[in-house]
Amino acid sequence: MAHDQLTIGIVQFPATLNPDIDALAAKSYVLGFASRPFTVFDADWKIVCLLCTELPSFENGRAVKTELPGGKTGVDLTYTIRDGAMWADGVPVTTEDVRFTYEFGRNKQSAVANAELYREILGVDVKDDKTFTLHFDRLGYNYAAIDDFVLLPAHRERAAFADPAQYRLRTLYATDPTNPGLYDGPYRISEFVSGSHIALEPNPHWAGPAPYFKRITVRAIENTAALEANLLSGTVDMVAGEVGLPLDEALAFDKRHGGDFNIIYKPGLTFEHVDCNLDNPVLADVRVREALLSGLDRETLSRTVFAGKQAVANSFVEPQDAGFTDDVPHHPYDPARAKQLLEEAGWHAQPDGSRRNADGKALSLELATTAGNRSRELVEQVLQSQWKAIGVDIRIHNEPARVLFGETLPHRHFDLAMYAWISAPENSPRSIFRSNEVPNEANGYAGENLSDYRNPEMDRIIDALEIELDPDKRKILWAAAQRLYATDLPSLPLYFRSDAFILPKWLTGVRPTGNQYPTTLWVTDWGEKK
Amino acid sequence: MIRFTAIRLVEIAAMLVLMSFVIYALIGLMPGDPIDLMLGADPHLTSADVARLKQLYGVDRPLIERYLAWAHAALSGDLGYSRLFSAPVAATLLPRLGNSLVLLGLSFVIAFAASLGLGIAAARRPRSRFDAAVNFTCFAGVSLPTFWLALILILVFAEGLGWLPASGMGGSEGGVFADRLRHLILPVATLTIASIGGYTRYVRAAMRDALGQDHIRTARSKGASEARVVWRHALRGAMVPIATILALSFGTLVSGALVTEEMFAYPGMGKLIFDAVMGNDYNLALAALLLATAVTMLANLAADLAYAWLDPRVSYR
Repeated sequence: MAHDQLTIGIVQFPATLNPDIDALAAKSYVLGFASRPFTVFDADWKIVCLLCTELPSFENGRAVKTELPGGKTGVDLTYTIRDGAMWADGVPVTTEDVRFTYEFGRNKQSAVANAELYREILGVDVKDDKTFTLHFDRLGYNYAAIDDFVLLPAHRERAAFADPAQYRLRTLYATDPTNPGLYDGPYRISEFVSGSHIALEPNPHWAGPAPYFKRITVRAIENTAALEANLLSGTVDMVAGEVGLPLDEALAFDKRHGGDFNIIYKPGLTFEHVDCNLDNPVLADVRVREALLSGLDRETLSRTVFAGKQAVANSFVEPQDAGFTDDVPHHPYDPARAKQLLEEAGWHAQPDGSRRNADGKALSLELATTAGNRSRELVEQVLQSQWKAIGVDIRIHNEPARVLFGETLPHRHFDLAMYAWISAPENSPRSIFRSNEVPNEANGYAGENLSDYRNPEMDRIIDALEIELDPDKRKILWAAAQRLYATDLPSLPLYFRSDAFILPKWLTGVRPTGNQYPTTLWVTDWGEKK
Repeated sequence: MIRFTAIRLVEIAAMLVLMSFVIYALIGLMPGDPIDLMLGADPHLTSADVARLKQLYGVDRPLIERYLAWAHAALSGDLGYSRLFSAPVAATLLPRLGNSLVLLGLSFVIAFAASLGLGIAAARRPRSRFDAAVNFTCFAGVSLPTFWLALILILVFAEGLGWLPASGMGGSEGGVFADRLRHLILPVATLTIASIGGYTRYVRAAMRDALGQDHIRTARSKGASEARVVWRHALRGAMVPIATILALSFGTLVSGALVTEEMFAYPGMGKLIFDAVMGNDYNLALAALLLATAVTMLANLAADLAYAWLDPRVSYR
């Protein structure tokens, strides 16, 4: 039986479809069908052009170094919009859209989420309808990537932007999300039922390879048990890995029904770890942190809980990443060494199995994670029991995600916190490790250096890394950063999370990327097995 | 009666004002504001972005100031903007309200009609096999966890037999009405099975009490038919306590059924309120909760007024 329609189950409904407001995975997933960013990282983790014709480089003359006041180095990047790029209402994508998007991003009253990109762009020069130059105030190694510069259609959105403060209310993405003029990808949104489903139909003006399916429906089913039942009943054909079942549930599904589906496990950039609050005098001692890591049997944990699909992490860089090195201290499971380290740190074993210091204080720490996240709660119990075996008492204090991420972590009211960092290929670790990125009142509790990790050497490496254009020299800096991390252990690395893509056996062409760019960006490769 | 109604309406208005502040304050006291939550989801956000967005969304102002601004706008008909759905509150709320009214209204009508029949029949034959069967069914219905019941119905009727869709609202392709109806069958059945037991127990108890009253014995002794005794005399008296239960149920018509909605991916008020509270979407949560409060209080007023109609001994001065 030929399939000309595809129904996809996801567990989250996008809050908005405006590409530049909010940053939810569900929105990225849906917009992957309907919107074309200029550049993205593909499944090989290489920067590629989607809407542009050619990536700027110093060799092809599209990237030019500039000297800025104050001795800073900037870069001018010239892009050309590919031939035939059209909004789905038949209006060509032009540099007028580039100008409008820049105007929107620079306006302080617009609700753009990632304004940093627009702050880095000092200006835009338009050469003609298709070619433009962006003037950046800095030159970094990923200079050619302008992934977050996603065009808004000027001919449709300019009227809504007349009053920038009201734009988020008036954007057609909110008031008329099925307007074809909003989408320039292979598909356009043809139906939008808030909280229920989004349907997509081919963009009649799409100039690239024709997409295979006549209709794609993305259905939000937040309850994962119900999502599985929908999959089995055929109400949905597949579950997206990017916003689908958690790994433990996917593994259980695989055991029961794996033979009926094509299940792909793709490790990615989500780094699960336990942050140590270095303000806590107990955790400020690196011997205690090392003891905690040596006291964990992460290999067995990964094998038994995640069927080995989530490899143990020894640093914060994923093995597929260009900057990865395995030449770092590994801290394998070694309870004897863990106990010895704790003794050296002044935490002495007591007859009842606990540990106390010279003042009689017990070695007891609080471990927080997101309440209701079954997978993390399971891992948490393993950590608690393994640390108890080396004499560390762990008090579990879980909170709903909104409390943990909204209050506890930014205000650093924790001892140990288990959560994940979501990264990008060769993403600078500035926000998580640089000493000026510790959240505090003065910076509005922004920054992700929640451990309060301060090492001038790490600061130096990060600063040097970000402006190093030579990939080989950069690799050396990445390796140094990973070694420093694995030695200082501001957090305890656990594993990199894997996504499970549950696909029908007849579907071809879905190639998980493992990075933040969804498979849907390459929907024109999707088809049916003949 | 008019004076009583007018006083109650004033009380309801005062209660809504009080509740609006209490709800606003409670949501405001919960840790983490909307921008803090955004910060957790987007590592690119800088402190400058945080300050800019907090000002744009107005969360940098004191709680009381924000509440007064909201109250002022609400009184002029503007319920504000839902941050979670990037749309005006009214535009977000109304479609969900419609969906919930259809889902819960249908279930309510079916459950109540069925429980009226079952409860009356069981009350007329107390301690009979039929009464025992009804009791057993009621307890089973009340005891079944909704999520489990929903899952079983999906597995049997959607996966196993393939007769019905497992989720969604339908209506997107041809045959809109029929398709919507097909999609409603399983969620309505879930809610009906879950609520029928409770209603039946109330109807049975009220009818048993009513059938034991002196005026029923008098009606029978005067030769009134059994149907007239049950439907005309006993049921009217039994309806007084039942009306209280019905009035309380009206609130749920607009506050939704979270578990059922989630299991069937049905976009209704329950999920909307849950998401709004968890996502710190003040405006949306406030409007939805106030709507549920207002409907519950108005339904209770209607029940009070119905008492006077159902029972001539009740009067309001």
